[in-house]
Parts: sequence; C-alpha cells; structure tokens
Amino acid sequence: MLQYLLKRLAEMIPTLIGITLISFTIIHLAPGKPTDILTDFNPKITPEARERLEKYYGLDKPLIVQYGLWLKRIVKLDFGESFSTDRRPVLDKIWDRKQPLVDRRLFVTFMINVISMVVILLISIPIGITSATHRNSLYDKVMTTTVFVGFAMPSFWFALLLMLLFGISLGWLPISGLKSMNYSSLSAPGQALDRISHLVLPVFIASFGSLAGNSRYMRSSMLEVIRQDYITVARAKGLPEKVVVYRHALRNALLPLITLVGLSIPGLIGGSVILESIFGIPGMGQLLFMSVMTRDYPMIMCILTIGAVLTLVGNLLADIGYMIVDPRIRTHS
Amino acid sequence: MKKILIACVLLCVTVAACKGESGSRGKVLSGGANGGPAYGDTLVEGTIGEPSILIPMLAGDSASHSVAGMIFNGLVKYDTDLSVIGDLAESWDISKDGLVITFHLRKGVKWTDGVEFTSDDVMFGFNTIRDEKTPTAYKEDFLQVKKAEAPDRYTFKVTYDKPFAPALTSWGNLIILPKHLLAGKDITKTDFGRNPVGLGPYKLRKWTPGQDLVLDSNRDYFEGRPYIDRYVYRIIPDAATMFLELQAGGVDMMGLTPVQYTKQTDTEFFRRNFQKFRYPVFSYTHMAFNLKHPLFKDKRVRQAIAYAIDKSEIVDVVLFGLGSPATGPYVPNTWPYNPNVKKYPFDPEKAKQLLKEAGWADTDGDGILDKDGRPFRFTILTNMGNSLRMNTATIIQWRLAKIGIKVDIKALEWSTFVNEFIDKRRFEAVILGWSIGLDPDQYDIWHSSKTKEKEFNFVGYSNPEVDRLLEEGRRTFDIEKRKKAYFRIQEILAEDLPYIFLYVPDATPIVSARFKGIKPSPIGISYNLPKWYVPESLQKNRMEE
Repeated sequence: MLQYLLKRLAEMIPTLIGITLISFTIIHLAPGKPTDILTDFNPKITPEARERLEKYYGLDKPLIVQYGLWLKRIVKLDFGESFSTDRRPVLDKIWDRKQPLVDRRLFVTFMINVISMVVILLISIPIGITSATHRNSLYDKVMTTTVFVGFAMPSFWFALLLMLLFGISLGWLPISGLKSMNYSSLSAPGQALDRISHLVLPVFIASFGSLAGNSRYMRSSMLEVIRQDYITVARAKGLPEKVVVYRHALRNALLPLITLVGLSIPGLIGGSVILESIFGIPGMGQLLFMSVMTRDYPMIMCILTIGAVLTLVGNLLADIGYMIVDPRIRTHS
Repeated sequence: MKKILIACVLLCVTVAACKGESGSRGKVLSGGANGGPAYGDTLVEGTIGEPSILIPMLAGDSASHSVAGMIFNGLVKYDTDLSVIGDLAESWDISKDGLVITFHLRKGVKWTDGVEFTSDDVMFGFNTIRDEKTPTAYKEDFLQVKKAEAPDRYTFKVTYDKPFAPALTSWGNLIILPKHLLAGKDITKTDFGRNPVGLGPYKLRKWTPGQDLVLDSNRDYFEGRPYIDRYVYRIIPDAATMFLELQAGGVDMMGLTPVQYTKQTDTEFFRRNFQKFRYPVFSYTHMAFNLKHPLFKDKRVRQAIAYAIDKSEIVDVVLFGLGSPATGPYVPNTWPYNPNVKKYPFDPEKAKQLLKEAGWADTDGDGILDKDGRPFRFTILTNMGNSLRMNTATIIQWRLAKIGIKVDIKALEWSTFVNEFIDKRRFEAVILGWSIGLDPDQYDIWHSSKTKEKEFNFVGYSNPEVDRLLEEGRRTFDIEKRKKAYFRIQEILAEDLPYIFLYVPDATPIVSARFKGIKPSPIGISYNLPKWYVPESLQKNRMEE
C-alpha cells in the first residue's frame, strides 16, 4: 500500500511538469501580450517605449528560457508577480493576508463550492435513491423533470429572475456582493447573518444546476445494485424494505460517488465566471478570466498549476478512497 | 475673467482653512434653509471593472484613472467649455516663442498627510515618469521637454525644443506624486499604488479587492471640503445585476445602456427617484478602409459606400437614438469641430452612379457588382464582445447588399484582432472606435509617417496637405490658427474618406435624485463632484466613524 502510494506520488512529478510546460506554451502562443493593455491603440506610445515595456516584463527572452526561469522559481514555491499594472505577487491576489479570511479570493470560492457540494449531495442522493426505488412512478418522473429543468436553465437568466423576485419584489435577500454597505456597523451575529444572506442565492444557483448529474448517477447506480443477488437474498430473509435499501443497497451504490467527489476537488477552487460575475462575487473564476483576457502569464500559470496539482491529488484520493471502502479493489492491488 | 476665478478659489481655500482650524465636528449646514447644500451622506457608484493601481502614470484601465482622479490633481485642467484652467497651478506664462512654460503653483495646498505640496513634488513626478525604469504608457509627452527647473517652491518651469501645442494640456496628466513619501523608492514595488496619499477632493479609506473602494472626503481640499462625506466605488461585473442594485438602492450612480436608458428606466419609479443625463462621449465609431487594398484605392468607391450607408439609421437602431452621426474625427459642439464639411446623405442611387463611374457593374447578373471578372466582396472585421459594433456591421452589410456589394462580417478576440490583423495590415475594412483626447492633435492617426507596424495610421492614409496642417496645428498655441488647421483637415478627410465616420455615442449616466448640484457640461457630470450635495432631509447613509 505504502509502496503503491509512493509510486503514484513519484509519477505525479513528470505529469505535473508536462502539464505546466504545455500550459505555458499554449498561453504564450495565444496572440497578444500583457503589455497590450498599455500599448494597444495608444497613440502616445513609440516603438522604443513598447520595447522597454516588453523588456521590463522579460518578454524579450526566448520562450524556453522564460519557462526555465518560471520553473526555477516554482520549485521554491515562488509564483512571481502579476503582470497586471498593480504588480502584486500572484499569491497575494488569491490569498491576501491583509484582508479578513472571508474576503480572500481562494477562500470565497472554496467556501461557496464546498457549501454547494454539501447541498448537492444532501439533495441529490435522496432524490436518486427514491427515484430508483420508485422507478418510473409519477414521483420519479416529476423529479427527473425538475432536475433537468435546473440543468437546462441558463444560470445567468435564472439568477436574474431570482434577484428580481427576492431582491426587489420581496426585498428578502441582498442582490449581489459578499456583504452589505453597513457591514462594519453590525454586531457579530448580525455580520454572520449578513454574510449568509448574501450566499443564499449564489449557492442555490450553483447547486440547482448540478442536481441532475448527481441524482442521475445515484439513481442508476442504485438501480444496478438493487438488481444484485444479495439484495434478493436480503429480501428473501424477510428484512424490511427500508433496511434492504438503506443498509445493504445504499453502501454499495455510493461507491461511484467517491470518484465523482474526488474528481470535483480541483473544481472547488475553480469558480464559475458566470456565477461570480452575475453575483459580483470576487472569486477565482473572475480572477482567472481577467488574467486570461489581459495575458497576465504568472497569474494564469499560478491558477493552472494549483488546479493541476489538485486534479492529480483528487485522483489519488479517489483511488485511495476506493481502496478503503471496497475490499474487492484492495485485494486486486 | 481668469483673475476673478482665481480670487474665488482663493476665497474658498481660506474659508476651508478656517473651518479646519475650528475643528470639523460632523455635519455643518452651510446652506441655511432645509434643502440647501449640506455635508454628509455617501455616494455609491457602480462599476464593471476594478481599478488595478492608484498611481495614475502606471495604470492602463479607465477604472483606475477614474478613482485616481478623485485622489490626485494635475497642474491644469479643462474647464466645462474645454478651455484650459489652473488646477494645482494658479496661473502660467508661455514665452513668446512658445518654448517655455512657467507654472505658478498654488500656495498652502497640503497632501493628506499634512505635508505641503511644492514644486519639488512636480519635479519628482516629472522625473519619475521620464525614468527608464518606470513602466508607463504616458511618458512621450514628457520626453519632449528639454529642460525642467524648479527655481523656487512655487514655480515650475519647462523648456521645449519646438513649440508643442499639446504641451500645456499634458500637464493636466496626474503625474504629481508626493516626493517626501516616494523619493528613492521604486514606485512599482511600493504599497503606494494600493494605499496612496493624494491631495484631491477624496482620500482612500479602504480597498477590499473585488468588492469596493471606500473614499472619505478630504476636509482640507484646496477648493473646499466636498459636501458628500463618502464616495464608494462598488465593483459589480455584470451590468444587469448593477441595474437591479440601482433599483434596490445598493448603487446611486451608474452608466446606463441604450436599452436601459430609453426603455427600462422609462417608468414612474425611475422618474421619481432618479435623474438621467445625456452628453456626447469623447469618442467616435468608424469604418476604416485598408487604403492599400485594390478595392478601396479609388476615392469614388469609398464615397459610394458612404452614400449607401444611412448613419442616422445606425444611430436610431444600434444606439436607440442615443448618439449623433459623425462627420469627422471630432465631437460636435467642441471648438475643433467643423460643421461645414462634405456630408454624405443616404443616397443609394448616387452610390450606384459613383461605382459605375469607377468601373463596377453587375455584368453576370448575380446581383453582385464586378469588375475585370472579380466580384465586389469584402470582409468587415471587428472585435468580439462589442455588440454595438456587430450590430453596426450587420446594418452596413444589409445596406451594401442593396447596391450590389457583398459583405462578410467577422468578429475576433481583441488581441488576435490587433496583433494578427491590424498590425499586419491583413484586413479590408474594420469597424473600430477612437477615444479622442480633449486636445485636437491627431498627428499619430493621420500623418503619413505613422504607418509602420503598431503605429496608428494603420489604414495607410497619406495626404501631403494633411501632413503639413497636422504639423502646423501642434506647433502653435494660437487657438485661432489651430482651429483653422483642424477645420481644413476635416474638410480634406471628409473628401478623402479614409474612414467613414459613423457615430459619436452619448454617455448616459443615471444618478439618484437625492443628489443635487449636478451641472451637466460637455465634459460630463463628474467634474464638479465635490460640489454635489444631498439636502439634510434627504440624507440616507450616515457616516460610521
């Protein structure tokens, strides 16, 4: 087991280097440069000024040299400074120590995604199970339709409708942002309540669209298990249906979900650009999007690298999780 | 006139200073009667983009400049009639030959940390922007300066090689920085860009990245303490969300889209609670031809296309009427604008006539004009994500199809568009826009020497008379002489048509009705923001001290 883990970890290093090399090349191949925002269609700039700027950002060196320099810094976990005009260290931009924890970009995205994931699991697992046990009933059909409506509805549009209803017509919830204007004058519980009320709509929108996938996985995996011989045996023993479903069938039906959860780990730090823009939430999605648009190479590379590491780790964790819960896999390896 | 103005300003400074000494205790009702000017309240402006850095010379985005404009001042500024007036400079003299400008600085102005502003700060800012190591896009105007001197604390003198008309207004750029805080430091490495000390009407209190920037009024501002105590620049990346926040009271001021201006705010609720404004933006949208391309070498062809396009139709459909047809590269009703140039009223018959003269006819009967066996077909390129330009292109495509010209439209991502197509001159026609500075000098756009890669005469326009006039216009300070040169340039451009000037859009901001004292002008509404106020009975947001 330990040997297997070490082997997997060792394999991750060349994979990671490969991923970063390809990412680095591709983002540099895309037309445009970080200096464009200052120089494009600015009649006050001369060719010399442009060269000076490119030299300043180190863009005059060959691509492979630039990659080498980048790699050298990354080994020391130094992700460099952003190429945007503020020139802040990229790590400061995703994890700003001067701000309270709840206002740091990475934390904001992480928190919303974790809450949404919990909500999704809490709702989609029961939906999946009951849909499987009441297969093709009216209930199953209504549920299936509902989750697919959620899946198919454009989130930006649905979000606007909800803002209009809850933010303006009813006035129950704030429309956008993470906190109210008068936040600093609120008491501690008031502040917490203020934060929570700002999260209700984004979390709802983020969860609603993902119910379909998860509940369908759960439903089909449950259906598969329910057909197995040992379930028939359990029923033949005269066990109540509840015990058959929730004790014997459910455990095995949950196995595929481990893969699903493991693979969504990198997604926890990757925010949705649409969701974040529409709710005015300063998260990772917006940051990555803006960095791509302005060709802020160090920022893009930092987020991609973290994403790549988390993907690899998520895969590994899913495999380990499998080994722990499924004796069949454990004995095979 | 100028003297009176300065006297008034001095009076304001004195009054403000007195108030400062007596200790400012919260609100002081200066207007007397209820409804008059009063201190207090908060103005929340919604913005799509977040500022990146508050050192103006390092910033490239409009959000940064907009907030930095509240914190810093230049030596001069534009008045509402576009004439140049003093800001940190009380007055200035220009030598007879136009080579030396001497600025006399305002006395007693203080940075918000209490240190007095002097000519050393101007010199420091000037040296910083000229520094090799400063990554700025705005240094060219300052590289023209041959010599800069600060003979005493309140005098700053610059000498140029050649008379350079945009020189005076270039000192309106916000380059002045506090020497006592930044001397000897690398400004790209300091915290100053996120925590600046300025001398303008507002000072930064708190910046929460991705959320908002909170500014407090500068009670010792040299033009008098601003009435509105707090100004919040709130970042909401989505225009639809911002509009909902406006209705819910989370935003007091924002720019409206044409649909929002004409339709969505046309309700009793908005009429009661908001005030809308409308004025031309200093920019224009045009269709530019690649003049090196065989299709467009002939002036008659370009003129024919101009006749075939109905500019007012574009303004009505694309901008919902919120703009005006453009006739040249200047904004109507500004001093360089020449209203009497050749115009091209919508006239498809005339267009066909001109094309026929140029040798284009539909010989094979397929509905598309041809010449020497080649059909008249070209592609309009524009950048992705700008629906106004896409819609404009579509209307042009439809109009040109009617006179037998087949147009394709392609929208490209901005960087690709600029680097692969504009810079390499791989285009037939493009739809783009120019923001125009308040100074009429457009040497870089029209002069025939500016056609190299990355330069801005990307259409390859060359006209010796225009070259000479551009040269003339930037070498004299005499406004009448300049006006003459730029009027003539517009006449020639209207005849030559390197671009078809399409429209000048309007800015359409909306502000909550509780804010009073807003005076719309050709340079917009926010120039006198420190003088806006909310009458005491209408004040909504109380200060938290």
